[in-house]
Amino acid sequence: MENLGNKFKTIYINIAIGLTRTPSSIHRMQYNILQKKKSRAMAEQNKVILHGMWASPYVKRVELALNHKGIPYQYVEEDLANKSDLLLKYNPVHKKVPVLVHNGKPIAESMVILEYIDETWKDGPKLLPTDSYKRAQARFWSNFIQDQLFENSFLVLKTDGEAQQKALDQVCEKLNLLEDGMKTYLAEGNVGVENNFGILDIVFCSIFGAYKAQEEVLGIKLMVPEKFPVLFSWLMAIVEVEAVKKAAPPYEKTVAILQRFRQSALKFSAAA
Amino acid sequence: MAKEYGEVQLFGVGGSPYARRVRIALEMKGVQYTYFEEDLRNKSDLLLKYNPVHKKVPVLVHNGKPLAESLVILEYIDDTWGNHPILPQQPYDRALAQFWSRFIDDKCLPAITKAAFTANKEERDNSAEESLEALQFLENELKHKFFGGETIGLVDIAAGFIAFWLPAIEEAVGLKLLSCEKFPKLHKWGQEFTNHPVVKENLPPRDKLVGFFKARYASITASK
Repeated sequence: MENLGNKFKTIYINIAIGLTRTPSSIHRMQYNILQKKKSRAMAEQNKVILHGMWASPYVKRVELALNHKGIPYQYVEEDLANKSDLLLKYNPVHKKVPVLVHNGKPIAESMVILEYIDETWKDGPKLLPTDSYKRAQARFWSNFIQDQLFENSFLVLKTDGEAQQKALDQVCEKLNLLEDGMKTYLAEGNVGVENNFGILDIVFCSIFGAYKAQEEVLGIKLMVPEKFPVLFSWLMAIVEVEAVKKAAPPYEKTVAILQRFRQSALKFSAAA
Repeated sequence: MAKEYGEVQLFGVGGSPYARRVRIALEMKGVQYTYFEEDLRNKSDLLLKYNPVHKKVPVLVHNGKPLAESLVILEYIDDTWGNHPILPQQPYDRALAQFWSRFIDDKCLPAITKAAFTANKEERDNSAEESLEALQFLENELKHKFFGGETIGLVDIAAGFIAFWLPAIEEAVGLKLLSCEKFPKLHKWGQEFTNHPVVKENLPPRDKLVGFFKARYASITASK
């Protein structure tokens, strides 16, 4: 009863205020309502949705890019064992995550998405160098990390004994090449990762960012500072970047999924 | 007015579809360059110096600065020489072009190569299925004369393998993938692409290519 009374009181007061408002204040109110409508429309105009899976390094790349650029987005966690109709509609070719949907238009493949993000949101930090040669080098090394390091690192996780040693040797070989390449590339003006955080840092981070969890599960240290001084200090700088800290999943969760994955991979190969 | 190109060198191999991609792009843009034919069994010191990571062709060297990986090189060429652009301007269209060229290199070409050059028949058949699926995606994607619209673009250049190398492989090993019944648009596109004035001048001799593939097929099936 009292609530109803208060409600009527509020309505009565609002009417009274309305009657006493001057024309200019009414116009101001109308202007404010219009502005609110406009910014809601703009937010919808720039609607960004990321379909992902929390443990996927590919999805991580896109999260890092969006975070670093300060782009608001909606995240949709996909169950990869039971992919949503939307995902299959947005990525019929690969049926994989990540897929970025911008104003209803889907883009798949993490490297393609990163470049799209950089070209579309021109304000804020750039993910790719402005110099075309440096840009090409960033693409080259990103591809190298993806093609040469990722698969082999994955193999280290999935195997043990001789097979694991073989995979480890491969990884070390590739890390040596990367160490040499980065000695020059990083020395040429990539001062301070936070200021220059870009696609190459993002790709490297997506594979090795969870190095502590990987070391715990494997009982092996890959990023040894004595062997790979440049890569090690680069990695240490990367994990301090705001966007990286923000996107890092809980440590125990990462350890758990890596362990589960390793156990099932070993079981599978033992049964084979 | 001749643009300042600087010194451009290209290290390649005549039969390599990847090296030919770069030549097509450079010639489309009218860029003057020096070409070095490599012998892959005896790679030059320069090649090993310029591409220590992969030791492969093509390698583009612009004013002494080397670049490897054909798609990376193509984007660099487009960034550096703005005439006759091979990538679209709009970010979304660019993303699609990058998506499809990666698809061609990551899915299409490996499946086709495996479908032809694997000793195990079951693996060959599986790869043939994969190749047909991949070709179907490209068939569906083709909406104009070229993937790039009315002129050839990045995706067309990347797909050159399908237009010229694939038919040579088919002839060499007795495989049929790109039939005009199954893929009418792609088939027609292949003809338009290979007849393009710049592309026509930049294809290796067909009989030599078929011979090369025949030899490769023979060595794989012989080692069975």
